[in-house]
Amino acid sequence: MFEIFQYGFMRNALAAGVLVSFACGIIGTYVVINRIVFLSGGIAHAAYGGIGLGYFLGINPTIGAIVFSLGASLGMGMVHRKTGERSDTIIGVMWAIGMAIGIIFLDMSPGYKADLMSYLFGSILAVPRSDLIIMLVLNVIILVLVALYYKELQAISFDETFAFVVNVPVDRLYLMLVCLIGLTVVMTMRIVGLIMVIALLTMPPAIAGLFVKDMKRMMGLSILLSILFTFVGLLLSYYWNLTSGATIILVAGVSYFISFMVKNQLKTRKKKSEISAA
Amino acid sequence: MIIEEKPINTPNPVIEVKGLWVSYDAQSVLEDINLTVNESDFIGLIGPNGGGKTTLLKALLGLLEPTRGTIRIMGKSVAEGRCHIGYVPQYIEFDRQFPIRVWEVVQMGLLGCRKPFTRLSAAEREVIDYALKQVEMADLSQRPIGELSGGQRQRVYIARALTSSPQILLLDEPTASVDPQVAGNIYDLLRRINQTVTIVMVSHDMNAVSSYVKSIGCLNRRLHYHGSKEVTQEMMDAIYECPIDLIAHGLPHRVLSPHDQNGAKNV
Repeated sequence: MFEIFQYGFMRNALAAGVLVSFACGIIGTYVVINRIVFLSGGIAHAAYGGIGLGYFLGINPTIGAIVFSLGASLGMGMVHRKTGERSDTIIGVMWAIGMAIGIIFLDMSPGYKADLMSYLFGSILAVPRSDLIIMLVLNVIILVLVALYYKELQAISFDETFAFVVNVPVDRLYLMLVCLIGLTVVMTMRIVGLIMVIALLTMPPAIAGLFVKDMKRMMGLSILLSILFTFVGLLLSYYWNLTSGATIILVAGVSYFISFMVKNQLKTRKKKSEISAA
Repeated sequence: MIIEEKPINTPNPVIEVKGLWVSYDAQSVLEDINLTVNESDFIGLIGPNGGGKTTLLKALLGLLEPTRGTIRIMGKSVAEGRCHIGYVPQYIEFDRQFPIRVWEVVQMGLLGCRKPFTRLSAAEREVIDYALKQVEMADLSQRPIGELSGGQRQRVYIARALTSSPQILLLDEPTASVDPQVAGNIYDLLRRINQTVTIVMVSHDMNAVSSYVKSIGCLNRRLHYHGSKEVTQEMMDAIYECPIDLIAHGLPHRVLSPHDQNGAKNV
């Protein structure tokens, strides 16, 4: 099975998988515990506007996507903070507007857009070296900021009101967090496509959260799971000639449901042993 | 009559509220609140639901802007002064799956006054350990918060409030979700803390409040507070619709002072 590593594109794909897994595992944990999955989905889709813009201006669409997703992150983040209950409506609107802008830009761009589908459905096999470097830089940014503000981010995620009262700059940190989500979304988009981004962002932490109750361990386990899903998905898609992004997501999805069953089994077994011990 | 023995020197105000009005939209929730909290006070604020108890705490913490009036904490503005306040929020249903340990929750109390991106110093760790010991939760410091009982969690929140070495402790319904025995333990703990820290507590558990606090205030849009533990007829009128069981039989503590038949009070 190791003959596939001979291919340069395969090595790039695996490198991309590892890089994205770090961002996904760490940032995905925040997405899950803050319950902002919908907001993250909104950012992912709004980023499509940036891909259209990239094509229109003839620059790397990934750069366009970074710009748009940061804009969407700030916009949606502020909406989420300020409007409270009804924020999901506005986020849904921004989600659609972002996509629409992308499509219109693409309409106006001349020429054949061959790899357009790769942004929608991912193309881990076609990740160029330049994107690997972008991913590496984004990863470093994410790791450094999370390491610096770990305690503060945990505090605002757990009890925002208390954090505010002890003068933690809640608003600024929150906007930083959504921007980090935006960057992660752009990276993940290359792997599974923007439509399935939230799946890879949320499933590993959701599984990890079933088994560990410590945030650092949850992040670590999410990273490992994410790497595992990407590799297994990639191998299966290679041998069975399937779309890689979708295969990765299905591997993650099946694992998600299996881990629920395992968790339930453990629970009932624990209960039984408690009863027999009593 | 007056139970607490005040020191001879003049009382030292830690919170001063003057002419405070708070309204949501056009509806006023607090009207003309004047309150001076002195050092080493233990004030219980009672009143009906919707009477503005939580709103008053929120104003004191700067969580909402007053429409009119001023609040000074330790002689400073709210944003600066709240550094001297330890806040224990009302029990809220929270995500029991949230991956955070007791120790990390208590650590939150330190965050505001320190630089970000630094490791905790040995002294800071000691402060956290000491706060946990004070509330008798040191043994459970590595437990995930979701595994604790309601009473244990309340203790953790009190420890969290204590880590910033506050001059004042503000508590919002500290015993709302715990059984009476646990509530008693928490009030005992608060009484101990009150030896060094001023406490303002909001509650609608009047029986418990009256046997632990030093003075009672009644809040129903307006504040009725005389710095004493007596609940006056005026207070009762103010909270008339309040579902409080004032005259309970077998209560070890008298809330109403003796009064004659026509309802006039002799203080």
